[in-house]
Amino acid sequence: MTVLLRTEGISKAFGGVQALDDCSIEVEAASITGLIGPNGSGKTTLFNIITGYERPDRGEVFLGGKKITKKTPRQVFAAGLGRTFQLTRIFPRLTVLENMLIAQRHADRGRAMDQLEFCGIAGHSSALAGTLSYGQRKLLEMAYVLVADPEIVLLDEPAGGINPSLIHLIADRIKELNAQGKTFLVVEHNMEFVMNLCDHVAVLDYGRVVAAGPPAEIRQDPRVLDAYLGTGEEDDEPAA
Amino acid sequence: MTRLACLVLVIVAAAVFPLVITNATATDIAVNAMIFVAAASAWNIFSGYSGYLSLGHAVFFGTGVYTVGIAARDWNLAGDKVFALLPLAGLTAAVIAVPLGLIALRVRRHTFVVITIAFFFIAQLTATNLKSTGGSSGLLAPVLNWTASTYNNPFYYAGLLIAAGTVLASFLIRRSRFGLQLRALRDDEDRAAGLGVRAMPVKLTAFTISAFITGLAGGLWFYFLGQAFPQFAFDPLFDLAVALMAFFGGLGTIAGPVLGALILEPAQLYLTLRITNDYLSEILLGVLFLVIILFLPRGVLPTAGEFLTAQRARLKERNRGR
Repeated sequence: MTVLLRTEGISKAFGGVQALDDCSIEVEAASITGLIGPNGSGKTTLFNIITGYERPDRGEVFLGGKKITKKTPRQVFAAGLGRTFQLTRIFPRLTVLENMLIAQRHADRGRAMDQLEFCGIAGHSSALAGTLSYGQRKLLEMAYVLVADPEIVLLDEPAGGINPSLIHLIADRIKELNAQGKTFLVVEHNMEFVMNLCDHVAVLDYGRVVAAGPPAEIRQDPRVLDAYLGTGEEDDEPAA
Repeated sequence: MTRLACLVLVIVAAAVFPLVITNATATDIAVNAMIFVAAASAWNIFSGYSGYLSLGHAVFFGTGVYTVGIAARDWNLAGDKVFALLPLAGLTAAVIAVPLGLIALRVRRHTFVVITIAFFFIAQLTATNLKSTGGSSGLLAPVLNWTASTYNNPFYYAGLLIAAGTVLASFLIRRSRFGLQLRALRDDEDRAAGLGVRAMPVKLTAFTISAFITGLAGGLWFYFLGQAFPQFAFDPLFDLAVALMAFFGGLGTIAGPVLGALILEPAQLYLTLRITNDYLSEILLGVLFLVIILFLPRGVLPTAGEFLTAQRARLKERNRGR
């Protein structure tokens, strides 16, 4: 297997808080890789650095062997890396279909509609995106990232705050695309979702990768239980 | 189909207006209305679509004024020939817009507004202090010896042409990919950039197009008025007026600024004529701005459209009930 996305020794501090500390992960091509960890462990910061929304203090990001460390979000997207946001970011005053057209290099209404159909929101194509429900917004954001056909898709909490049937729909869609060869890196709090979906899971705690491997192994790993439940000494500290 | 019919009707009405209504006061107001239809639509092409509210478009209007004034004076042009200077007025405004845009468009929201206001004062001060602009004693336009009864007509038709062209441009831009990208920047600029939109070139292009049209309008306004002083060529009320017209009709819509200009400009001129106290009409303008922002922040057209849709839905519901 080839590695499609790799970070190497990423460090990032916000003021006195070390959000990421020598963090290295690998995402194999055509895999679904999960990134888990407690609140404040640095998952979203790592996403932001990979996609160019923030710059690391140290370390490098490689996509398909090419360095993309200090590229802008636009350049990272052009290089073939699409992402969604934890707090979904759609264009509320554009229609659902117009949202889809923005992400395409050449507007192709047919393909945009097909993708909306695939994600189950084609019926809303002419509605303003701002009128969609929270779950539908998540689907729209995923749809417009997918319609650009990136090599790898980074999903930031795709199952956060939406109802179980929609979670199943999203998981199904990710699996289906993965079967066609699409690579995914998924941040998620819903353990069920991650363990069922991912081939490979990396666990972050205090900005470091504390464990990585197949879900079955991760589930048993004492360091992971530590990170989530805390050891006796750390009990008094806040969860973050 | 009914839309097309309405459009044809409006165009025909606009085309025959000065032939039917020959009263000089009315055509005078009509010329000003056309100039403001163009200026408000131009402002909307940039500010309405991109969400970057410019309160410095008077810079481009004034640039148009002085381009026509100085060129006509130095090249000894008169009569119809002065109209040929209008493209130059637009072009000069567009050229000035590029560096101003490169500076101002690096920042957003309030900071952007403040910078455009600063540009405005710099431009006004420059016009007041330069020798070539005639300083505070202003500029005179070439005198026209046309027949008084049809004097306004060439200005009206030039204004109508510019206004119609601007509305057409606004329509085409809104439908285009460029327009879609502008509106995406308005909703979430960082997200749009993350999806491949080249934010700066897109914003700058809209800013420059907008400046070009505003310069055209300024040039025509100057020649129609016959004279210009720095404080009127670069007029803070112009900035307020175009913004108010767009807000009134509906920010970011095509017809909104047209409606706003057609209602507010004649209303303001009429008030100034009737109430000889100059300041009262300005105070009324300010009050209107407040009322619009407070009660119809999205403008008359979008709010009315929503109201109609809701009414229709309610009617349908009632019919189903029976």
